[in-house]
Amino acid sequence: MNETMPAGRQDKKAATRDAYGKTLLELGRENKDIVVLDADLSASTKTILFAKEFPDRFFDMGVAEQDMISTAAGLAACGKIAFASTFAVFGSGRAWEQVRISVAYTRLNVKIVVTHAGITTGEDGASHQANEDLAIMRVIPNLTVIVPSDAIEAEKAIRAIAAFHGPVYVRLSRLATPIINDNKDYNFQIGRGIIMREGSDATIVACGLMVSMALDAAEMLQKEGVSVRVVDLHTLKPFDKELIIRCARETGAIVTAEEHSIIGGLGGAVAEVLMENHPVPMARVGIKDMFGESGKPEELLVKYGLTPEEIAHAARSVIARKK
Amino acid sequence: MISREKIKELEAIALKIRRHIILMTCAAASGHPGGSLSAADIVTALYFYKLKHKPQDPTWPDRDRFVMSKGHAAPVLYAALAEAGYFPVSYLKTLRQLGSSLQGHIDMLSLPGIEMSTGSLGQGLSAANGMALACRLDKMSCRVICLLGDGECQEGQVWEAAMTAGHHKLDNLTAIIDRNKYQIDGKVEDIKGIEPLADKFKAFNWQVLFCDGHDMSSIISALENAEKVKGKPAVIIADTIKGKGVKFMEDNPLDYHGKAPTREEETLALECLREKESK
Repeated sequence: MNETMPAGRQDKKAATRDAYGKTLLELGRENKDIVVLDADLSASTKTILFAKEFPDRFFDMGVAEQDMISTAAGLAACGKIAFASTFAVFGSGRAWEQVRISVAYTRLNVKIVVTHAGITTGEDGASHQANEDLAIMRVIPNLTVIVPSDAIEAEKAIRAIAAFHGPVYVRLSRLATPIINDNKDYNFQIGRGIIMREGSDATIVACGLMVSMALDAAEMLQKEGVSVRVVDLHTLKPFDKELIIRCARETGAIVTAEEHSIIGGLGGAVAEVLMENHPVPMARVGIKDMFGESGKPEELLVKYGLTPEEIAHAARSVIARKK
Repeated sequence: MISREKIKELEAIALKIRRHIILMTCAAASGHPGGSLSAADIVTALYFYKLKHKPQDPTWPDRDRFVMSKGHAAPVLYAALAEAGYFPVSYLKTLRQLGSSLQGHIDMLSLPGIEMSTGSLGQGLSAANGMALACRLDKMSCRVICLLGDGECQEGQVWEAAMTAGHHKLDNLTAIIDRNKYQIDGKVEDIKGIEPLADKFKAFNWQVLFCDGHDMSSIISALENAEKVKGKPAVIIADTIKGKGVKFMEDNPLDYHGKAPTREEETLALECLREKESK
């Protein structure tokens, strides 16, 4: 292990969806009001673990995501904590209006936990790679939007949303990604970003698996004598405005990094807040307004510019633009 | 068997509700009178006879759940809730006004006694299924009733939900189709026909019942028969008339789907309803 890596950084990898399946099963044992719905993807979303132990509280809605979301709302209206899972493309896009009216407008206790988000869905190709979900979910009032950065954060986030009353969208990945939060001081709070590493020349604000890459980018930059701060902004909504404005003030430049379109997601949210409060040079690393394609996740990350090198390059460019 | 006196009482309430619908939509100068009037007798039978509910305790856990999936017919629900005592009747005239709890389409958070927000067609039956599943899980004896429009049955999600209810054998659920035969653009059968409607539900493993949606004893006996169905959900196809009770609306249902009566039309409509009362 590299000694300059932040506390908790390990070479271990795990998929956030695996953490979800395991945590959901534990929650099911602790709270009989938890019910789970899936749309024929339980083996992939990992809700199958809950389904096997609690078949009476598990509803496989078949290939019917719209029905699943409104049914979850009905269950929640009768006091259940309803977790509804499918792939990110379907849970956000296919059922968007059901999320809007049945779940968010009603403020019902529905947790939409989606997996297979982003380009790292891999071989399934563009149809299954949700690069737009954060944009279309973030715009819905009353909806909390969370993107865990690793399996540990995913577990904490799932526990936090089960305890929180209200509608939530959680975005998880198929791919096993580095564990970066394995330290006992780790504390997850909905709506509060985490400074993963201090720095003074710029701040990289990242979410999901890009937090790990941002830490790698920070390492690379440090070797060049450049000091960058890294923020894990796991909650896109409610947005941690205060933290982002503070980072802009203290470091004078911002890079966002997300496994999502550069339009409307993390980059969009950060740009909105900075433009109105404290404009600084900024660059967005993400999918450049295009559909993905089939390939190995690692190959796709490189092809679509989601790498520590791209983040480091973006950081150098915003630092150069500082006055 | 329901008594003759009770039927008369329900008919009188339905008439009051129709009057509220006219007054509310005219005052709002917008809204959906046609599909509210077609559902007036059904909604009356539910709130003043069939549903177990407590207006003074809207969140009473053992209450029956009613989901009005055709959320544009909000005026009929608001009128029934007000007459039942959930809020003052005088509040009805605030329909669709800025700051009013009487939203253009039903919002569960703004009014007591509402189980689900609707207005985007097709979502209510899924939500009703969720409630029925939750009640079954908790071994509660309450019933879930969902009212849908016939035009609404063109929504794909209605059939996803129909499949779910059939699959889960939700015999604590009754769906009612307000079969008034018109939608905004024209006759349902001309726009995109939903017949054979009964066969569709049968094919989705539902028990199908019929009633005259403007005959109290017919509505009530259908609701009671629906409760007796075991091992599958029941749907009542209620034969109704869009604009029922107001002659010129019945004659021109397309003009009054989403258009409120003018002041002159209001007077005329109230006269129509008075005639009904004296009969």
